[in-house]
Amino acid sequence: MNNTLEFEKPINELENKIIELKQFADENSVDLTNEINILIKKLEAMKKEVYENLKPWEKVKLARFQERPTTLDYIKRLISDFTEFHGDRFFGDDSSIVGGIGMFEGLPVTVIGHQKGKDTKENIKRNFGMPHPEGYRKALRLMKQAEKFKRPIITFIDTPGAYCGLSAEERGQGEAIAVNLVEMSRLKTPIISIVIGEGGSGGALALGIADKVCMLENSIYSVISPEGLSSILWKDANLAQKAADIMKLTAEDLLSLNVIDSIIKEPIGGAHKDIDFTVNNIKQYLLNEIKTLKELDLEELLNKRYEKVREIGVWE
Amino acid sequence: MIKDLFNKNKKKYATVNLSINETSQKKPAPNKISKEPVEKVKKEKELKRLSARYRINKLVDEGTFIEYDANLMASNPLNFPNYADKVTDAIEKSNEKEAVITGEGKLQGQSCILCVMNSEFMIGSMGSVVGEKITRAIEKAIEKRLPVIIFTASGGARMQEGILSLMQMAKTSAALARLSEAGLLYISVLTDPTTGGVTASFGMLGDIILAEPGALIGFAGPRVIEQTIKQKLPQGFQRSEFLKEKGFVDEIVAREDMKLVLSKILKMHTYGGEACE
Repeated sequence: MNNTLEFEKPINELENKIIELKQFADENSVDLTNEINILIKKLEAMKKEVYENLKPWEKVKLARFQERPTTLDYIKRLISDFTEFHGDRFFGDDSSIVGGIGMFEGLPVTVIGHQKGKDTKENIKRNFGMPHPEGYRKALRLMKQAEKFKRPIITFIDTPGAYCGLSAEERGQGEAIAVNLVEMSRLKTPIISIVIGEGGSGGALALGIADKVCMLENSIYSVISPEGLSSILWKDANLAQKAADIMKLTAEDLLSLNVIDSIIKEPIGGAHKDIDFTVNNIKQYLLNEIKTLKELDLEELLNKRYEKVREIGVWE
Repeated sequence: MIKDLFNKNKKKYATVNLSINETSQKKPAPNKISKEPVEKVKKEKELKRLSARYRINKLVDEGTFIEYDANLMASNPLNFPNYADKVTDAIEKSNEKEAVITGEGKLQGQSCILCVMNSEFMIGSMGSVVGEKITRAIEKAIEKRLPVIIFTASGGARMQEGILSLMQMAKTSAALARLSEAGLLYISVLTDPTTGGVTASFGMLGDIILAEPGALIGFAGPRVIEQTIKQKLPQGFQRSEFLKEKGFVDEIVAREDMKLVLSKILKMHTYGGEACE
């Protein structure tokens, strides 16, 4: 993964030009204010044009962008006194899922999320955010703990998918995901899920059964990666862009398919451009939703959670 | 009745010896068939995957099956290119409208809700219709207080319905949670192949999980794993016997014993249906 996004190149070029011009003006004591202002206006228009019309494939790139904030970035800014807990009590600790307890605006909560690395070294440690079964089992253990102590649960979703390897199969990847789906559907405490980056298939869904599900504006959520779809259906992973265009994986698509409840705004250019802006929007969302969910009695909460998934699907 | 099992259509069953090494699973072939020419027996080996309709006919007591939601058909919610054609082809090829048949029937006199997936229909992939039919069947079981048996056979979620297919995993699992809360029995029977979203939802959620010998069962398909780890998979990896060894399958049951084993298990659970003797 690189640190520049293809579609941002014209923006970067213009930004550099403005910087150069400013330097030139300073060094030579000439007044270029007018010219610079024209370029700044042009830059703003260009940004608006580019970022407000991102194509699905560009959103895929943005959702996977190395600089995009991760679960721990959000936890650090939203949750005070966060204490991370490790391990599934059976096999080991999977650091591609992090979880623990902390205070959200004066309320004890359990927070769990997929965790990608910030660089290659950390990504190797985090297995690129692709959990093994013990990751899902740790998540479930922490969710049961939350249920016992009546804490709301917040999950952050950001994974290319559950890991596809020998060890994952041997230890029951399918079983681990399936059990989370069942248990989350009946957990007796409010659950809110936020897709912050990549929502990759069953590996994402295993943290994603909730009373409220939302997505950050530039995140994606899909049944399979565009690369996976194009290689299976068209035997060519290079057609991923085409796949992204037709598979309806953006936040807007999911909202229109009634799979998610809302979209959280990101700053122009993506969550990483102004993380505090993003954090503040998440905070407002959580405050509102937790308040509403806490007012429901348990039976109503669980019935609504059931109806929410029950209604998904289209047929003739 | 068990006799019937061996007498009718034995060519489809008995000599198959489903290519596994575990000697304990091998059944001596009935005499008549073993006398048949070797070539013919070999040919039958390839008839490994059974159609859902055939399975149901072999399994339930004659004339007792009432099908549910037989007319539910796939639409094309994402306007996915060529999907409608693929569905039309699958309907033609399989003579069924979708990848699962659901309904109610009797096994040696005991009522149960039965869902049987059809690998002939787009490799049994799960889209909205499969998820909906299975969920409705589970809800019916709760209403009627009947046990549920699901035969799985699926390549996973149906890509052409995108995220809606993924969400069928959530839907069916949530329904099974309710079935479980109602104290009702759910048996999953994993047949070849059971992978992806079906394994990672109702496939692995049985109170009792049975498997047919030699069936491919896994989350990721073998090809995907080989591409990920860049090495060949060991022989027998992700087969029923491997899953049993790893602790994810309760028992492997040969086809010719399936009805008997299921009936025995149903008999030991007292919920609903006909009284057991």
